[in-house]
Amino acid sequence: MAHFDPNARPFSHQWLNDRLAIDTLKRVLSTEYWIPKNINFLWAMGMVLAATFGVLLISGIFLLMYYIPDTKQAFDSVNHTIMGEVGYGWLWRHMHGVAASVVFLIIYIHMFTGIYYGSYKRGRELIWLSGMLLFVSFSAEAFSGYMLPWGQMSYWAGMVITNLFSLGSLDLQGLVEWIRGDYVPGQAFLGRFFMLHVVLMPLIIMALIVLHFGTLRIPHVNNKDGEEIDFEAEAEKWKAGKRKEAKVIPFNPVFLSKDTFVLGIYFIFYFYLVFYHFEFAMDPVNFDPANPLKTPPHIYPEWYFLWSYEILRPFPKNPGLVAFGFAQVIFFLLPFLDRSPNVAPANRRGVFKFWFWFLLVDMIVLTVMGKVPPMGIYTTIGTVAAWTFIILWILLPFITKAEKPVRGHK
Amino acid sequence: MSDRRDFFGKVLGAYAGLGALGALYAAKRTWDPLPSVKAAGFTTLDLSNLEENKLYVEKWRGKPILIIKVPKDAKPDGAPNGNNENAYDDKRLITVGGHKFMIVVGLCTHLGCIPDYFPEKKKFICPCHGGQFNAAGEVLKAPPPSPLVIPPFKIDGTKVVLGEAGPEYKKLKEAGLVA
Repeated sequence: MAHFDPNARPFSHQWLNDRLAIDTLKRVLSTEYWIPKNINFLWAMGMVLAATFGVLLISGIFLLMYYIPDTKQAFDSVNHTIMGEVGYGWLWRHMHGVAASVVFLIIYIHMFTGIYYGSYKRGRELIWLSGMLLFVSFSAEAFSGYMLPWGQMSYWAGMVITNLFSLGSLDLQGLVEWIRGDYVPGQAFLGRFFMLHVVLMPLIIMALIVLHFGTLRIPHVNNKDGEEIDFEAEAEKWKAGKRKEAKVIPFNPVFLSKDTFVLGIYFIFYFYLVFYHFEFAMDPVNFDPANPLKTPPHIYPEWYFLWSYEILRPFPKNPGLVAFGFAQVIFFLLPFLDRSPNVAPANRRGVFKFWFWFLLVDMIVLTVMGKVPPMGIYTTIGTVAAWTFIILWILLPFITKAEKPVRGHK
Repeated sequence: MSDRRDFFGKVLGAYAGLGALGALYAAKRTWDPLPSVKAAGFTTLDLSNLEENKLYVEKWRGKPILIIKVPKDAKPDGAPNGNNENAYDDKRLITVGGHKFMIVVGLCTHLGCIPDYFPEKKKFICPCHGGQFNAAGEVLKAPPPSPLVIPPFKIDGTKVVLGEAGPEYKKLKEAGLVA
């Protein structure tokens, strides 16, 4: 039976503890959540992402006050009202646009850190899967947000992406028209993507962030050597005052203080972009209002979708869609396609080392090729890079199956 | 006791499931195109004063409609897929007032971009992924998998009503030539 101390002053520590168990919460969620010592700055990317999401949320709230989700007024509400009239409206917009772009850079770093150190195996499969769900949700959030200024690129990207749902030769025009609520993107389309962007997707993302943190709690984060740490035993050492001997530190305040330092550096970079180089996140084509009767000369997505777009592009319609679908889901399967029990950095894992670097370089090549016009040598390079991507993933189970146990690991 | 609880569990499940189905159907219907959107679906084109080999763009159901009065010599300047026949002889052209016209929905059948017409080359090139079509909307170069789509039309003198399927459209459709 719960005990409520009648003498505790309202909102005092004791009073709150009786009602909310704040000491237990704090212990479980922060002061006795253990992080290995053997990590580097790449382990701070999670908090960098959380902070960037916070920036997106706050800047988004301010933009929401003046944005009008109407095909006739949306463009001006962004480019005239918010950019020209609202005090510091330009700041919120540039912060929102730059953060939306930078968040994908950090997501990719976060993902490739996980791939490099094998942080998706041995109890960490759900961390990877929930992270991939977050990636997909962030993609949907970015795409729906990109529709809102209702410029030329918004409109035509909306046209191209919704057309994908006709699923090639299945020709499901009815499904495409249902998604748009019209024959072409129009008011119904803008209204529903506005809803998705400001309500449904943020709710889903927040729920997934909680799940992602939850999946970390039992397996704990990986470390630079993939060492299997007995977190209970190491935590006892720390609590007994043997802080030098212990292989772990508490999340709060020790790990967080270093995290905060990385955040400080990151925000210098971020605000440098916001104030001096925001234009990279502001496509000039989107400063023309949407025109259903004029396709821009060259339609391309934002940089973070270019690699998967380039996998779609070199193939004929149906195989292209299959390749695109493959690229969208294949990362989910990583924990199951990697057949090696080794949890170790890629550079100690034989052939996997080459697989990792080939994949990274190939995705950069795909990104660059997605940006240039589809002609001549670019088409050839793009086709080769798209095939390389597919072949790398097909090879992965075989490479990892043949992998020798890394020394010092069971 | 446990049987009773199981039974009520199933009843509750069925009851909630029914509600969920109803809500899903309502949600699906909410996203359907509105009746007003569907009703505003007819466009009349007057084809009496068009110049040959020049692209005209009209709008039908929010989509661009491309119209060319096809000249007698409409052989495309190069066809990467080998289909370099004279577009004037194409069965997909629509004869109105003694002249042959290409009337198609101007959205590339690959991913819906609007192809640009190059009159001197007598062909369309899509700016998005490099697809090409001749002056009758037939594919000259992938990725578009099929010709540009012919919208439902009805010929009325020198005018054409889009959105209504006339006998000429039905004939084309039966021959499998509209898309």
